[in-house]
Amino acid sequence: MAAVAQLPVTVLGGYLGAGKTTLVNHLLRHAGGRRIAVAVNDFGALPIDKDLIEGAEGNVLTLSGGCICCTFGSDLVAGLMELAARADTIDHVVIEASGVALPGAIGQSLSLVAGLVLDAVVVVVDAETVQERAADLYMSDTITRQLADADLLIVNKIDLVAADTVGRLEAWLAQRAPTARLIRAEMSAVATDVVLGYSGPRALDGKTPPQPLHSTAAYDTVSIAFAERVDALRLAKGLADPALGLVRAKGFVHDAVRGWLTVNVVGKRYSLAPMPDAAARAGRLVCIAHGRPIDRSALANVLKLAAVDKVLEVIPCP
Amino acid sequence: MTVTIFEASKIITMNPARPVATHVAVRDGRILGAGSLTELAGWGTHTLDRRFQDKILMPGLVEGHSHVSEGVQWRFVYCGFHDRSDPDGKTWPGLRSVDAVVARLSAAERAMTEPLQPLSGWALDPIYFDNRRVTRHDLDRVSKERPIGIMHASGHIMNVNSKALELAQMLRPGIDHPGVPLGDDGLPTGEMKGPDAMTPLGRHVGLDRGLLASDEPGLRAFARLCVRKGVTTAADLANLLPDAAVAMMARVGAEPMFPARIVSLRVLRGIGPQEAIDHAIALKKQSTDRMRFGAVKIVVDGSIQGFSARLRWPGYYNGAPAGLWYVTPEQLAETLERALEAGVQIHTHTNGDEATELVLDVLEAALRKHPSSDHRFTLQHCQLANAAQFRRMKSLGMCVNLFPNHHFYWGDEHYRLTVGPERAERMNACATALATGVPLAIHSDAPVTPLGPLFTAWCAVNRMTSSGRVLGEAECISVEDALRTITLGAAYTLKLDSEIGSIEVGKRADFAVLEDDPTTIGGDRLRDVRVWGTVQGGRVFAADTI
Ligand SMILES: [Zn+2]
Repeated sequence: MAAVAQLPVTVLGGYLGAGKTTLVNHLLRHAGGRRIAVAVNDFGALPIDKDLIEGAEGNVLTLSGGCICCTFGSDLVAGLMELAARADTIDHVVIEASGVALPGAIGQSLSLVAGLVLDAVVVVVDAETVQERAADLYMSDTITRQLADADLLIVNKIDLVAADTVGRLEAWLAQRAPTARLIRAEMSAVATDVVLGYSGPRALDGKTPPQPLHSTAAYDTVSIAFAERVDALRLAKGLADPALGLVRAKGFVHDAVRGWLTVNVVGKRYSLAPMPDAAARAGRLVCIAHGRPIDRSALANVLKLAAVDKVLEVIPCP
Repeated sequence: MTVTIFEASKIITMNPARPVATHVAVRDGRILGAGSLTELAGWGTHTLDRRFQDKILMPGLVEGHSHVSEGVQWRFVYCGFHDRSDPDGKTWPGLRSVDAVVARLSAAERAMTEPLQPLSGWALDPIYFDNRRVTRHDLDRVSKERPIGIMHASGHIMNVNSKALELAQMLRPGIDHPGVPLGDDGLPTGEMKGPDAMTPLGRHVGLDRGLLASDEPGLRAFARLCVRKGVTTAADLANLLPDAAVAMMARVGAEPMFPARIVSLRVLRGIGPQEAIDHAIALKKQSTDRMRFGAVKIVVDGSIQGFSARLRWPGYYNGAPAGLWYVTPEQLAETLERALEAGVQIHTHTNGDEATELVLDVLEAALRKHPSSDHRFTLQHCQLANAAQFRRMKSLGMCVNLFPNHHFYWGDEHYRLTVGPERAERMNACATALATGVPLAIHSDAPVTPLGPLFTAWCAVNRMTSSGRVLGEAECISVEDALRTITLGAAYTLKLDSEIGSIEVGKRADFAVLEDDPTTIGGDRLRDVRVWGTVQGGRVFAADTI
């Protein structure tokens, strides 16, 4: 089967009040040219700031910047099929899961719809209340399962937690979210490139080199080009290694056996897929760390172990 | 103002002041009284109708939890294990093997003229085929060119053939979903479990969920089925009730020969608590005699046989995780509070005992804010409640609508696999509910199990599984209690007990017309009572000619 471009989907989970809706609005306001489709359970408590809404048509709200918001009611997969049919007008789908939904299960449902691919399960927690919630008589196991599903765990409202307890909270979360990278946030303000990765105008198409992202105090990026063929699996595993501490890595590489592949690493999860349009002449990778700088020598070591011994250029961010 | 006096061999009234009578007088679709001909003649000039002189009349049966989509199902090929009769009165013999299912589908396939039209079936239950799973290869024997889909009896699983998978772009490797088992070839076996896995196939096999909400012919077929089962009022428990559907229901319900009263509940789905309450209030004003609106249904958890019901400790007998919530406590609390404030009745679907406990906790807190003396919030299914929970229901003024049909259809599975022996014997604790004084109804959840309150009553009286095991003798109830439960009991949970549920002065002239006397035939034979038809609002409907 020929590889076709797939629409990336981010599943946004977490209990009521954690800050999912604030994050959705933050992403829409900082979409970076992406046309984002937000899919929500219902319009009961409208998840979109009023000033972003331009119009409404049936179960679809049109938003500024070519973005949309739609409800799927109780039928998630039917909603996703509708979005897949609109793929040419959308760059990225964000599913805002209900407070009791298991985001990992939603991620699995994506494989039922041709043309969609899971980018990441992002779970938002309220740093102040998550431990109390997790001890709730009724919700305990639901919260625990949500945490366990996360690729990226946004520890929100960190400003409301006493500084000397943050370390203990993060250790507690890390134990319950063993596959996740933790990202601290206030008011759900996390860079869109970190939450959604590369999509829309930033998508890696194999022709134009990946644009280095703006580094801020909060996160650091490194962009790499190389000519060698690689062991893509080994490379992906290396990039996902917790010791390296990357939040994301994405790019395309020429695998020694399987040819051109896209590499996508989110937290500790990685995936390899045939490239839709293998016109690249050099392999490319962009890596992001959050809350700490990327250890360049450790990264070089990962590349070396994947048999990339001739790094053409390493472009660190300005 | 013509008065009709019906004469019957016996009239069971459910009115303790006059428990039996020989005659009932009717005017304008309502009951003037039940008694002797001499007593009733006092109402003036009348016509004596003696067509029921060898029949038994009892109050029209009330189905407290069904879905009018049962009327739509019969357009599809019946693939169930047990015999079942359709709205036209034809009994379809149960199918005892995969080969028998394939044979019936093949016969239906040969009769189809449109080459690409999907072939749809329903009520498959492979549990009875020694759990031999049905695969796409079985259905490919029926046709490789025509898409085929068969819904299981539970409504939670669908089987499809290769053509259907191909049309849905699912005959491909790389599908990784717990609801889609894969064969050795890495391709789906054709068994699609759960709503997510079924959705992509639905439209290709004629089992689109949108279509399964009822339409005009479906509603009429459902009402015909009611006549065959002696039902004069049935609850349609979870409807989105968009304007077009409400208008259609009002139109069909107003047809002079529409033979049933439908109570349709707005399900909390796709809208928030405030919108749901507002919608219910607006709908209530559109109620007619035969189409009633105004209550809200909330689905709190999943199903026991699907392992998605929320169970308290120690959870499922086979160790499956504790199930799924379909609502947060916060959303539930907001809805209950707003409903109490506005006087809107709420029915909550809780299968597992943890879901039941959550509703009890949340309602207790909501009642402290909005004390209400006659809310009649009703726990639907509520299959695993224990005695302490029934005591709390009583204190909080709740009703319960239990699901004894489960014992017959899935009781053996509950004993062996889902909840284990002790809780299987306690499930649907009708005797405890009555002893505690919790207002009780019992239901079929048709089309999940067949519509038929007399069968449901048999299940509550005998608690027998399909293999013949009696599941919890201590929870069996008497025939008398069962008959009151399928009339007045269910009417009470729908807040209709002042209008229906007994044969006495002032109530609607709704009767079940029976060939056999359910009070003397014996509890073990209750399901064999033959139904002649109904009288609904004074209009006579014979099952034979409906
Ligand atoms: Zn139901």
